[in-house]
Amino acid sequence: MEITLTNQHGLHARPATLFVQLANKYEAQIQVIKGDLVVDGKSVTSMLTLGAEKGTRLRITAAGPDADQAVEELTELLKSGFGED
Amino acid sequence: MEIKKGVGVSPGVVICQAVVLDAEEYRIPERHVGPNQADGEIDRLEKALAASREELIDLRDSTSSKLGTETAAIFDFHLAMLVDELLLKKIRAKIKAENTTAEFAVATILREYARDFLQMPEFWADRVKDVYDIEKRILRRLIGESREGLSNLTEDVVVLAHDLTPSQTAGLDRKHILGLATDAGGRTSHTAIVARALGIPAVVGLNDVTVSVDAGDTVIVDGNRGIVIISPEESTIDEYQKHLRRQIEFARELDQLRDLPAVTMDGHEVTLLGNIEFPDEATNVIAKGGQGIGLYRTEFLYLGTENSEPTEEDHYRAYSKVIEIMEGRPVVIRTLDLGADKYTQARAAVPERNPFLGLRSIRFCFHHLQLFKTQLRAILRASLKGNVSILFPLVTTLMELRQAKMIMRDVMEDLEEEGIDVRSDVPVGMMVEVPSAALQCDKFAQEVDYFSIGTNDLIQYTLAVDRTNERVAPLFTPANPAVLRLIKGVIRSGQRHDVGVTLCGEMGSDLEYILLLLGMGLRTLSVAPPAIPELKKVIRSVTIERAKKVSKKVSTFDSDKQIVSFLRNQLRQVLPEAY
Repeated sequence: MEITLTNQHGLHARPATLFVQLANKYEAQIQVIKGDLVVDGKSVTSMLTLGAEKGTRLRITAAGPDADQAVEELTELLKSGFGED
Repeated sequence: MEIKKGVGVSPGVVICQAVVLDAEEYRIPERHVGPNQADGEIDRLEKALAASREELIDLRDSTSSKLGTETAAIFDFHLAMLVDELLLKKIRAKIKAENTTAEFAVATILREYARDFLQMPEFWADRVKDVYDIEKRILRRLIGESREGLSNLTEDVVVLAHDLTPSQTAGLDRKHILGLATDAGGRTSHTAIVARALGIPAVVGLNDVTVSVDAGDTVIVDGNRGIVIISPEESTIDEYQKHLRRQIEFARELDQLRDLPAVTMDGHEVTLLGNIEFPDEATNVIAKGGQGIGLYRTEFLYLGTENSEPTEEDHYRAYSKVIEIMEGRPVVIRTLDLGADKYTQARAAVPERNPFLGLRSIRFCFHHLQLFKTQLRAILRASLKGNVSILFPLVTTLMELRQAKMIMRDVMEDLEEEGIDVRSDVPVGMMVEVPSAALQCDKFAQEVDYFSIGTNDLIQYTLAVDRTNERVAPLFTPANPAVLRLIKGVIRSGQRHDVGVTLCGEMGSDLEYILLLLGMGLRTLSVAPPAIPELKKVIRSVTIERAKKVSKKVSTFDSDKQIVSFLRNQLRQVLPEAY
């Protein structure tokens, strides 16, 4: 499922931090995909290199015991706009 | 072995191990360790990371209680980077694979990210600052408080840096630094001036020498040919050592001239003075046979002290020391020439767009009157101890000169009222380094005791060339006919009004110009002390008659190129061994 980033400045430092903080709570390996780019969803530096601006479409995949839950909650977080307007 | 070509700005050759300064002006430590030390480096890395994390948690918590969680969020981001396994894996892998030090691996990997971020849209490009911040935090832990500057060296070294700032050179440990090489800079850059003053070889404009050399590598800095040889082969070192021995012989020969007068073959006496920046250089002026100090640059009093302004006593002590060393020989103290330098600009509330046309030098002093008066008080008090004169820099208008003299009189009166003895007849001179002053020198001559021609600024302001900008630097030359005409005008004006004229810029220590300057009528030069013996040798080998012919001929040329090649030819005839 693709998620469209709605928050003002896209996936910049603060949202990326919140994302990896949550991602690191799961055992599953997590990948975030933007077009051809695939990065480690637990690595904040990699997440930043996505350069995902507002309106970017992202996909999250996970593999591991808690993969489904991880994808679900991380998707929620992205959709929520990180509490930004 | 690798040879880098630059611009030789201070003659001589040195073979020595290198220290490399990083962008933050600290020494980058050794980059490589032995093959079995990689694990130790990884241990150091983990400890530094753990300590940095703790530091950040404290910082985040105290920031969030003081300024709110929004402001503290940035530290969460920094923390997230410090636990970013992917990033840390890369650093560890680099240490293992290449046997690098932990600090080198951290700096290299983080800078790779920084480069990536820089190519991204605005919000991400800004994260570069955070990457550097994190780099600094980890490196501080790794290198500890012992991050070394240049002031506490224990071995002889040559210093490699991107560029050297005045405050850095003020902190140089001059006992152990035998040579300088920089990526940036030109013939009259600060590095060049300092190297000549210290009499150590220097090559500038090497573009990327700091990237090519590891700390501890052996390098040859050849200031004569303007090259730096990195990790030279044995045969090259041998060749250079032979050359060094010849140089020492030549220097010994020149030393024999020390006590002989600088007099031309037809009996005209020339006064050779030394330029200094630090009080202890005064000894070197005498050692090289200088007859006094023609330019004491006092900026270093300010640049050496990082956070506080020098007190009147600081000034007084420095001046007294110089005056005492000189034992009655003339000492010309130039008042503060700060303004268009990184030091002042970095501290200015609003950096100037065009500092060289801004609030610098005497203008700066008028705006910081207390600072100016403090310096004048100290000079006037010290003047009792010897043969002191005051020199005002960058005078552009008569009104400025009058204002400076008026302030000096005020200070004198203050001192007298306080019952402090001063000499009331301290000679006052002005730098002629702006075309307006050179063009109006007949007027100025009636109100000063002497002129001092500062060729560096005079060239820069006459030709509109920034000498540190490599792309236009070739236009910067004393041989430009307009510059020469201004210089000649000042010398002639001095003669007409019986006002002394000294030339104290870099031009004076360039042997090529000495014949021409003598021919124009100049009889006093103030130069970097190491240049005195060679100048004296040239002066003792020529006649004023010949010099006048040279001057006449030069005035017929149209371009600086013609002039330089003609003067070079003349010098070669007079002193073949100068080449």
